[in-house]
Order: sequence, then C-alpha cells, then structure tokens
Amino acid sequence: MSAEQQPGRHVDPEATTSTEPEAAPAQHAATAVATDGSPGHVQGHGASEAPADAKTLLSVEDLRMWFPVKSSGVIHRTVGHVQAVDGVSFEVAEGASLGLVGESGCGKSTTGKLITRLLNPTGGSINFQGRDIATLKERELKPLRREIQMIFQDPYTSLNPRHTVGSIIGAPLRIHKIVPENKVLDRVRELLEIVGLNPEHYNRFPNEFSGGQRQRIGIARALTLNPKLLVADEPVSALDVSIQAQVVNLLQSIQSEFGVAFLFIAHDLAIVRHFCPEVAVMYLGKVVEIGDRDSIYQRSMHPYTQALLSAVPDVKQAAIGGRRERIRLEGDVPSPINPPSGCRFRTRCPIAQDICAKVEPPLLQIGPKHKVACHFPGTIGNHPTKPATTGLLGLDADGNADPRASASSELNTSPGYADRWYDIDRQSMTGA
Amino acid sequence: MSLTTSNLESHGDDDFVDVEPQGESDGKVDVEGRSPLRLAWARFRADKLSMISFYVTALFVIVAISAPILIKLGVLDPQTPDYTLIDYSTGGLPIGWGGGISWSHPLGVEPGIGRDVLSRLWLGATISLSIALSAAIITVIIGTVLGIIAGFSGGLVDSAIGRIIDLVLSFPSTLMLLALSGVVVDRMRDVGVPNGPNGAFVNGFYVVIVLAAFGWPPVARLIRGQVLSIREREFVDAAILMGASRSRIYFKEILPNLWAPLLVYFTLLMPTYVSAEAALSFLNVGIKNPTPTLGNVLNGALPYAYTDFVFFFVPAAVIAAIVISFNLLGDGARDALDPRAAR
Repeated sequence: MSAEQQPGRHVDPEATTSTEPEAAPAQHAATAVATDGSPGHVQGHGASEAPADAKTLLSVEDLRMWFPVKSSGVIHRTVGHVQAVDGVSFEVAEGASLGLVGESGCGKSTTGKLITRLLNPTGGSINFQGRDIATLKERELKPLRREIQMIFQDPYTSLNPRHTVGSIIGAPLRIHKIVPENKVLDRVRELLEIVGLNPEHYNRFPNEFSGGQRQRIGIARALTLNPKLLVADEPVSALDVSIQAQVVNLLQSIQSEFGVAFLFIAHDLAIVRHFCPEVAVMYLGKVVEIGDRDSIYQRSMHPYTQALLSAVPDVKQAAIGGRRERIRLEGDVPSPINPPSGCRFRTRCPIAQDICAKVEPPLLQIGPKHKVACHFPGTIGNHPTKPATTGLLGLDADGNADPRASASSELNTSPGYADRWYDIDRQSMTGA
Repeated sequence: MSLTTSNLESHGDDDFVDVEPQGESDGKVDVEGRSPLRLAWARFRADKLSMISFYVTALFVIVAISAPILIKLGVLDPQTPDYTLIDYSTGGLPIGWGGGISWSHPLGVEPGIGRDVLSRLWLGATISLSIALSAAIITVIIGTVLGIIAGFSGGLVDSAIGRIIDLVLSFPSTLMLLALSGVVVDRMRDVGVPNGPNGAFVNGFYVVIVLAAFGWPPVARLIRGQVLSIREREFVDAAILMGASRSRIYFKEILPNLWAPLLVYFTLLMPTYVSAEAALSFLNVGIKNPTPTLGNVLNGALPYAYTDFVFFFVPAAVIAAIVISFNLLGDGARDALDPRAAR
C-alpha cells in the first residue's frame, strides 16, 4: 500500500468516469456495517491496511509444486508433472493482507496449502518470520502450526460433524496444551462471542448451524491459537451474497483488532478489492501481476489482469445503460502438465509476439508497489509495440540473445519491492 | 496480542436467530446439542419393526447374561442327567407328551439322558452369543484399524494391506477350520490357553480366533473406502493444521465418522457368527458336548427329528429367532443412520 493512499473511503479522480468496477458484494459489505446497528470500526476500504513500516512476516520465493503424473498398471512410473505452482514469489507484511486471485486451476489453493504445509513443496522457500519452513518435518512444524492457520472454503466439510462446536474450537488448545482443561470452555465461549455467535451454543453440533454460522465457527477455530497469519482459502465463495458481506466484515474487524496477516485466496475480484490492499494475480501456476490495490485495479499492465477485470460486472455502468468493452480471451487454459514455452499466457494473449514464445518474461518491478510479468506491459490500448524487457534481459526484439547486450544486473527477482524500479516509458531504472 | 471480546462488537447478532430449535414454543433453549447419532436413534425409534427386533434382541441378551446366575441359584440345571424321565422301552424317548414337557421341564428333557432342554438352550444361548460377540468385536477392531491405516496412509501401506486382504480372502476358510482344529487346539493348550470345563474354553477360543481371522477383510475394505472419502474433507486438513498427531486424527477425527457403518456391520456380523458357530458345532468343531451351545444342542437333536419333534424344533427356532432379530436390527440401524438410502 502506498504511503499516500488514504485509509478509509477510496478516492479516485477517475471514478466519476465510471470505470471503477466496484461490484455489488463489496458495496453491500460496506453498507451492511452501517445498517445493522453496530457502528463499527470497519468503514469501506482500508480496514486491512498495514502500517507502512511493518516487518515482513511471510516471504515466499520461487515456490514450486509439481504433482507427479503416474502411469497406470502395476509399476507406477512417473510420466510427467502437473506444474500446479511454478515459481511463485511474494511477501506478506505483519498485519497486512495479500489477495491471491486467478481463475480455477491456476494454483491459488495449492499455494495456500503449501504455505500452511498441508503439501510439501517441490522447490522454493517459504520464509516465515525469517525461518524457512518449506522443508521442515511434521514434528518441527508443530510449534509453527500455532502461527499459521487456515480458513477453509466449504463450511460443510471443514467441521467434523461428530464433534460439538466446543470440542472443534477447543481442540487446538487441547492439542497444544496452552490452557488448563478447566479453562478451555471459557476460551471457547470467548471465541464464539468474537465471531458473533451465542457463546452458550458450544454444546451444539455443526449440523444445527447455517452455512454462515458454520463459517464463523471455522474462523473461531482458526483464531484459537492467536495465529500471526491466516490463509483464507475462498472463505466466502460457498456462502450466499448477503452472508458473504457479514463474514468479510467479520474478517476485517478481526484483522484490525488482532493484527493478523491474511493471505486471502479468492476468485471474486470485488471482495478482494474490498479486503486486500495488495493483490497478486495468478495464471497457470505463476504470478503474472502483483501490486497494491490501485496499481492492479486502476493501472493494470498485464493483458490477463485486464481481461479478468473487464469481466467484473459493473453495477454503475449497468445503471446508466452503457456497456464496458469486454476483453474476451480465446480458447482454454493450457494444460499445466505441458505448459506453453516462454510466457504461459501467450496462447491466449491478444498482444503476443514471437519473443513471448521464446523467453519467459520476468516479474519486473515497474512502480513503487507494482510488478508485472509481461514483455509488453501497458494499460489497455497502450501496450508498447516493442518489448520493454529486452534491455534488461540482454535480448533483441525477437527474443534472441543480443551479442551486444547482456542481462542487466539490476534485474531483481526477489520477493517484495525494491526502492528502485524499471520505468517502462523511459526504459531505465528509476527510484522514488 | 490476545483475543478479547471487550472492544469488539459481535457482528450479525441477528444471524443466529434460526439456531433456536424448532418446536420449542415454551421459550426454553435446548442447550444440549443433538448429535447425528442421537438423531439416528430418534429415526430408529420411529420404525416399528426395528423396535420389535430391538426388544427381541435385548431379550436374548438378557437371557444370555442371566444364565450363569440362574445356574448358580439352582433354577437352571443343564448338566445333571435324570434317567427316571426316560422310557427305555421306546429306545430312550422321554416319558410324557412333547418330549417330556412338565412344570419342572417346560421344554421337555433330552432323549436318552434326561437333561433339561430349557436349561441347555439357555446356557447354550449364552455361550453361542458370547462366542459371536467376541468374534464380532475382534473382527471389527482388526478391520477398522487396518482399514483406517490403509485408507489414510495410501501408497505402499495401502497396497500392502490390500494384498494381505486378498490373501486372506483367497484362503478356503471353512476347510482350514475343519482341518486345523485338532492341531491348533492342542497347540493352544501347550501355549497355555486354559482348558475350561471339558475343553470348552480352548475350543470356544479357537472358534473365536478363526472366525475373526477370516472375518476382518470385508470390514477393512468397507472402512478403507469410507476413510478415502472422509480424508478428503477439510476437517482433516484442519486437524493437521492444529498439529494433531496421527493417532488423534485416526481415532478422534476419522473414527467417530465411522460409527454408522461399523454399527451396521457389527449387528449384521452377530447373526452370521451365531449361525457359523452353530454350523461348526454341527460339524463337531468347537465346543463339544456336554457343554451346550445352540449348535451342538441342535446337532444332538438331529437323530430325533421324527421321533421327538419338539426337541428338534425348539433349538432350531431359537437360532432362527436370534438370526432374524439381529438381521432386522442391523437393517433398522442402517436405515436410521443413513436416511438417504432407499429401503
């Protein structure tokens, strides 16, 4: 989040031209707080704003998850790999929230499961509080389990139907033996109250609750151990829209109250915009664009991000009767078993050229808080005709190695943002 | 950082209005939750046939438990012969109507020896049901543990257990049971298994072991299949994220979700084992005369099927009643536990 961004209502000089794709759920969420009689601390955007000087909590670098594809028959030979996540890097600061968006099958949920170590990564590192947890064994992970918790997508399968709410929420306390047995119930009641449920319902079973209430129970369970990072894997997509708003507001108030950092995985761009000051867009196992809210939603540079954003229904636009230009992507997502060479998006990209098939574009920092992985980065209609990355990569315009140039030492692929970035207009490095 | 409620409003207070259980117009809040098993019990109680089979089964269980007490009190006497009740001029048939039915012997006496039939059946039911119960419990425990491990672990462990199941299923179990009984029983005596009266304990033990050893593979397969679907549910992931140990996941998270199929399988195993024990007694394997079981009482009655019909009919009817009531109980339990399955 840039320092000059105002917390609170998001103000944008171009908003009056009604290009702002603020869709119904986010608005509903904002109004729900105002109307339900609890004048809260949640007011529109910015509740999940991280302090500018926050320390990095999670730093993921070059994370890879390749699932082996086995042949059938008696001997299961590995015949290929599903490259579900292939070289993902990002950072989450303490108390911040990063949104991870992309279409189905792009590796969002796998990334979430890797960070919580439900899956063992094939490669890369996951630095949590300065410690690489990517290769830790289950036993070494146990103390870390307290710090990283997860909110699951489906509230109907994420709660054990045979356990009471009290034993579901109290289980982490019992496993880690944090509080004495006779204090567990007090803590369970407290957590139920925090998530807005009746504390006396600890004796009930999940089948006695509605979907939204079950999701609150799941959130209470995730909060039991006072985690530093919550991975929310599509926490509201299984709920209906009015409940979505309540749950998102609950998550925001939890974040502002307890300073929990969020990795918010979703496919609903409006909710991510509402919740996350920083957004990463994934396509076929890779991050194609990452940046603060403004950079992604107002000045997206990657053709895939632009296509995604153009698909968001726009209520304001519909009201005045106009139609925004939709960018329709041709074809299907390629198989992650055999992804395209070079840029993975090139097979569906409207502006792809020869270089895209030859060289994979690096995730290049092009603004103070904006990175994009494209050879032709630019806002809609302003994509350059010549690749912008050749100077840095030491290539000619067709993507062949240029004997006169060499890869620039200023090409920085580490997670997080540097003080100096590549100015695509001037084709040179600049700084703040 | 600590989570407190002091300065955080709860959101959506109106959200949990619909939690109040329906049909409680007096305004009292039912704080005790209704677990899935309790809901199933309510469905079970609504079914008449299930309830009849439940009461009949309960009656047999009470009969089985009471036999040793009644013998001690002298009410039942399954062993003492009374030759005064036998008419040797007819080739050993009891004196009187229906195989010697009288107030002191309501189901008559045994031809040839004059032991009380009711006492022998009463104790026989105890022994047969104990054997079936022990075998069913061991079967279900072995099957459940191996099924959970195979289903949850997957990979090599799963394949290994799968091959063991194939191997056990391919054994000709009845043949083995007959062929090995003498050798194995002698060996068990050597190892120190107590003999019991007339070798009843060691023989009964042999039957239990063999029934369980060949009975567990279907349970393991059933449970493995269930676990394969349960482990994909997110609450298992949630348990892993809590840092739960393997055994906690197996027995606290997964096992409670297996009670329904286990209960059904268990109630269906009982009649299978009761009739298996009867069949084995009939083939002279297992507990032998003079210790009564349902099987060897029936076996002893076979030569008199024409001449003393009551003596033959009663044990056969008791075995049939036990098998039918347990089977209906199992069916009722299945219907109650899985309301979606059509009858």
